[in-house]
Amino acid sequence: MSQDLYQAPDYFLMDELLSEEHKLIRDAAREWVKKDISPIIEEACQKAEFPNQIIKGLGEIGAFGPYIPSKYGGPELDQISYGLIMQELERGDSGVRSTASVQSSLVMYPIWKYGSEEQKNKYLPKLATGELMGCFGLTEPDHGSNPGGMTTNIKDMGDYYLLNGAKMWISNSPFADIAVVWAKNEDGRIKGLIVERGMDGFTTPETHNKWSLRASSTGELVFDNVKIPKENILPHRDGLGAPLSCLDSARYGIAWGTIGTAMDCYDTALRYSKERIQFGKPIASFQLQQKKLAEMITEITKAQFLTWRLGVLRNEGRATTGQISMCKRNNVDMALKIAREARQILGGMGITGEYSIMRHMMNLESVVTYEGTHDIHLLITGHDITGESAFK
Amino acid sequence: MNIVVCISSVPDTTAKINFVDNDSKFDENGVQFVINPYDEFGLTKAILLKEKHGGKIIAITVGEQKVEPVIRKALAIGADEAIRINHTPKDSYTTAYHIAEYLKSNSYDLIITGRESIDYNGGAVGGMVAEFLSLPFINACNGLNFSDGIAQITREIDGGKEKLSAKLPLIIGGQKGLVQESELRIPNMRGIMQARTKPLSIIEPSNIETLSTSVKFEKPAEKGACKLVSSDNVGELVSLLQNEAKVI
Repeated sequence: MSQDLYQAPDYFLMDELLSEEHKLIRDAAREWVKKDISPIIEEACQKAEFPNQIIKGLGEIGAFGPYIPSKYGGPELDQISYGLIMQELERGDSGVRSTASVQSSLVMYPIWKYGSEEQKNKYLPKLATGELMGCFGLTEPDHGSNPGGMTTNIKDMGDYYLLNGAKMWISNSPFADIAVVWAKNEDGRIKGLIVERGMDGFTTPETHNKWSLRASSTGELVFDNVKIPKENILPHRDGLGAPLSCLDSARYGIAWGTIGTAMDCYDTALRYSKERIQFGKPIASFQLQQKKLAEMITEITKAQFLTWRLGVLRNEGRATTGQISMCKRNNVDMALKIAREARQILGGMGITGEYSIMRHMMNLESVVTYEGTHDIHLLITGHDITGESAFK
Repeated sequence: MNIVVCISSVPDTTAKINFVDNDSKFDENGVQFVINPYDEFGLTKAILLKEKHGGKIIAITVGEQKVEPVIRKALAIGADEAIRINHTPKDSYTTAYHIAEYLKSNSYDLIITGRESIDYNGGAVGGMVAEFLSLPFINACNGLNFSDGIAQITREIDGGKEKLSAKLPLIIGGQKGLVQESELRIPNMRGIMQARTKPLSIIEPSNIETLSTSVKFEKPAEKGACKLVSSDNVGELVSLLQNEAKVI
């Protein structure tokens, strides 16, 4: 990939709504992405390899569990800091952000919120540095948008639980040291449990030939009579609400992250349009290109403010699942449209690995599907405003 | 070893430069400020020296409250404490005077400034501080090591290098080479968290007058449009160079 010349757009001076520490954290993540992600990400994607050398750096910039309290090894930052880190990571690549999102919101968050004190002390400090990596098992081959229909199950065997079933589309699974898995007990109640690599009967086959999130490692979790010690059950909450609360946190991170991809696509297209000469002048001077660019910065700006407000509400503990759904859906859709338009501005160059746009566009096809599909989020909003569920 | 690093807050290298108030003042609107890159080489060198020899790093700046994010970043990168002299820097003399006044009553072994700041390119503060404190000053250093407590310094000169040695205390003006760009540190989360509690002292300045005042700034002339001349039309090229560009 050519040199990373990224300059973040801030058309409405949103920086003035951020604290000095927010900006320090954001700029450190931005600098790290320029230094450690931009030079290697294109090759990692082309080869479909997760660049595991970045794990230490992700831990150092606070990308793993930014809001986890310091007594468990976390940086104890607020939700806007978390969002800004995700924005910068996804500016680099959605796969890198996915790795951090999963570790933070889907592994550390449930252990922090629903785990025992022993579990928190055992896992969280090592997860915060990346010494341990985790993944999250909710989706199954036959249960995607309807996780409540899951068939993965645990049976109480007295001294331990016996876990059987399979999970699919699991980011980080091929290399994860632990998995936070959701399974039904004999009463049909969903419980969370921590499965460790090396347990007999637990395997993590990798999913190959993806055209999206190629620098992120995806796989399955297969449980064949896996003995789970009773102390590995998350004791403080059960039911579908537990994993869904983790998804709220992850979806919030995606809402910020996709602003990052949109900003990168816009910035690339804007620079290219000023440099590319056709008919004797820069293509930025043509009305059709200006329309594309003007609409992009308008949509990015709207998303920035929607998401900043969501961050304030999350800091105050007032953000609802409906608001998070609306924001995730809006922002991913916004970023995907901008990626497609930006690709057109770059013409043929837009399809090459010289520029990040096509990679972002392909990544976003996953992001628009995972953590609640585009359609399901619309139905969550519909349910929220009408009181009528369209998917039950 | 106590190392003082002088930090200047300057516009980011990608900032759009404009002037206001009849071209007498830099337009800071929408501009992001960063640690002067030459100072950042010096700060990183100070961190490497501290890691090797122990000691303390004090980052010092002259500026209003708005420069605190930059000095806070220096703390997050690795300075132990920070001093902000609460004065709007107007010329090299007053900036150097305030830094020297503070240092007169504090202990130090080595003072590192940048070779110059990348905004006004004065390059004078280091030399002036040296004069106020009666210390040796070596500018444009791109190498620094210690042998038996003596500083071994390399600096750039026209067409080559010069090697020098000097006793401490000493002031140097640093640049790239003092450390490599790959050695520059990005603030990590541990550093950012520690920076919350590291001391940042604000010193009220004594009242002195500037010796010079900026009156007007001018940007370089805009690049003219590029004219393409066919390779088989040398006559037209010569004519344009003679009559239009007037360069031959």
